[in-house]
Amino acid sequence: MSIEAHGIRKKFGSYTALDGVDLNVPQGKLVALLGPSGSGKTTLLRIIAGLEFPDAGSGRVLFHGDDVTDVPAGKRRVGFVFQHYALFRHMSVLENVAFGLRVRRRRDRPSSSAIIERAHRLLELVQLDGLAGRFPSQLSGGERQRVALARALAVEPKVLLLDEPFGALDARVRKDLRRWLRRFHDEIQLTTIFVTHDQEEALEIADEVVIMNKAHVEQVGTPQQVYDKPASPFVYQFLGNVNVLKAPALVPPRRPGPPDHEAADTQIYVRPHDIALTPHDAGGEGLSAIVRHIHAAGPYAKLLIEQVQSREHVEVEISRSELADMGLQVNDLVRMRLRQTHSFDEDYAI
Amino acid sequence: MRRATTDPAWARWLLTGIALAFLGCFLVLPLAVVFIEAFSKGIPYFLAAVREPDAMAAIRLTLMTVAIVLPANVVFGIAAAWAIGKFKFKGKSLLTTLIDLPFAVSPVISGLVFVLVFGAQGWVGPWLIDHNIRIIFAVPGIVLATAFVTFPFVARELIPLMQAQGTDEEYSAVTLGANGWQTFWRVTLPNIKWGLFYGVILCNARAMGEFGAVSVVSGHIRGETNTIPLHVEILYNEYNAVGAFAVASLLALLALGTLVVKSVIEWRQSASP
Repeated sequence: MSIEAHGIRKKFGSYTALDGVDLNVPQGKLVALLGPSGSGKTTLLRIIAGLEFPDAGSGRVLFHGDDVTDVPAGKRRVGFVFQHYALFRHMSVLENVAFGLRVRRRRDRPSSSAIIERAHRLLELVQLDGLAGRFPSQLSGGERQRVALARALAVEPKVLLLDEPFGALDARVRKDLRRWLRRFHDEIQLTTIFVTHDQEEALEIADEVVIMNKAHVEQVGTPQQVYDKPASPFVYQFLGNVNVLKAPALVPPRRPGPPDHEAADTQIYVRPHDIALTPHDAGGEGLSAIVRHIHAAGPYAKLLIEQVQSREHVEVEISRSELADMGLQVNDLVRMRLRQTHSFDEDYAI
Repeated sequence: MRRATTDPAWARWLLTGIALAFLGCFLVLPLAVVFIEAFSKGIPYFLAAVREPDAMAAIRLTLMTVAIVLPANVVFGIAAAWAIGKFKFKGKSLLTTLIDLPFAVSPVISGLVFVLVFGAQGWVGPWLIDHNIRIIFAVPGIVLATAFVTFPFVARELIPLMQAQGTDEEYSAVTLGANGWQTFWRVTLPNIKWGLFYGVILCNARAMGEFGAVSVVSGHIRGETNTIPLHVEILYNEYNAVGAFAVASLLALLALGTLVVKSVIEWRQSASP
């Protein structure tokens, strides 16, 4: 089922959480709502779920083209997984999963044995059937997460909404679980939206990424589109490490004569791994810089260099073999060349 | 090996000794005296004192008062804690303070307030007399005063618990299709049941033992408006020490019973996940 939101506004007192947000999630996709905390992404998710309502007269939420703005959460057929899972602590894992079926009206409710069988099947689906009798407090974070998912799926939702699904897990489990979620999504083909502040997570598993900032949507696109063609400086900076450099220092003025004032305000964005370094003695193109710091523990060597002309500090990532080949030491002179840069000034092209 | 946090032996024995002596003097000894005095003239005398018609009337009145006050305060306590613990609204801190008011005010003042409002010279007293409704120096006054004094026990117990548990589980239940009533019975109530039970026990103990407020509004009419604590006082003032202690031992037994139930609850609570 597709999900649409049009012109959603939401204020909490004087604080604006969403300021005219549109969203369009096609059927069967896995979509990430990505943004820093306070960007409104969780509020948007809760409005889609029906746990919050948009400000009066502001916008509509459509499921498969039907207006559900005024439909209460319980009738929207959404599966919602809370950031801290919100499992019922006094119920066993099995009863947690069975809850959504047990609270149905008598004529829609399957028999008790059918409910239990269905709950077991769902626990098998999330690979936890062995833990049916446990209580939530006896599970690990990753297990709780999957119980919450099974519980949400028990009511046969039309859409699945996950609020920071991996936020409360440690780094290893996070990685395993997000790959598992991707495979799981491919298996069950349910339209899914998840909220995250972790750009790596969003770029790795989502079909489409919606980047939010300060109550607005900044950009929508596939992970590759938003990474390669960021629509704004915010998106560029949010999706990875970045150096912001003053343009005139890097580029000679376009025409001879007095300094170009237009270009003076322009800033150049360049990622640390898009900078090439060569030993200074080798000659050739590039700006001179001095190596100030080398951090070589990890898959890449991270260098902090100081550009001689502008005295700007620049972060550079090169492979460790490259570093070894050049034999660079702190205070060595190098030449730096920008392989790929971005600028958000429309009149200016590098 | 001596650890850095271990005091010398004499200090440990001294401190433990002081604590035990204190407990003995102020808790065990008085309690023991109650029972020793109650049975000092033998069991038949004890039974006679308890079965005496005025004593039986006092016990009945106390039990009746509790039977009215307890359910009322449970309903109120859950409602107030639910509102304060789970919702944001204007005047929330004022409501929290008001709930604490009966703790802050002396019970005698509480009783006096009811006399000033409902008494013969009070605000609505003349109207009540005209319509032949008796509140002060009658059972309704006793129920009102007891209810007021025991007002905070259940709510106070539940508010921090509900605040700590938050609203995520309720929201979960709602997204899974539960209606408000199902959410309350299947999610909210089971999560607070031990805290609620604990609040009920404390409320019950206080309702049975309340003296000050009830004393002001009751009028001390024997066999009619005397509760157990008031009856004990009357017997004692009439130099019927054994009778007073016999009836008092009933209250003491209740207190002990309450403590046992409370310990069992705490034990269950720490044992259950």
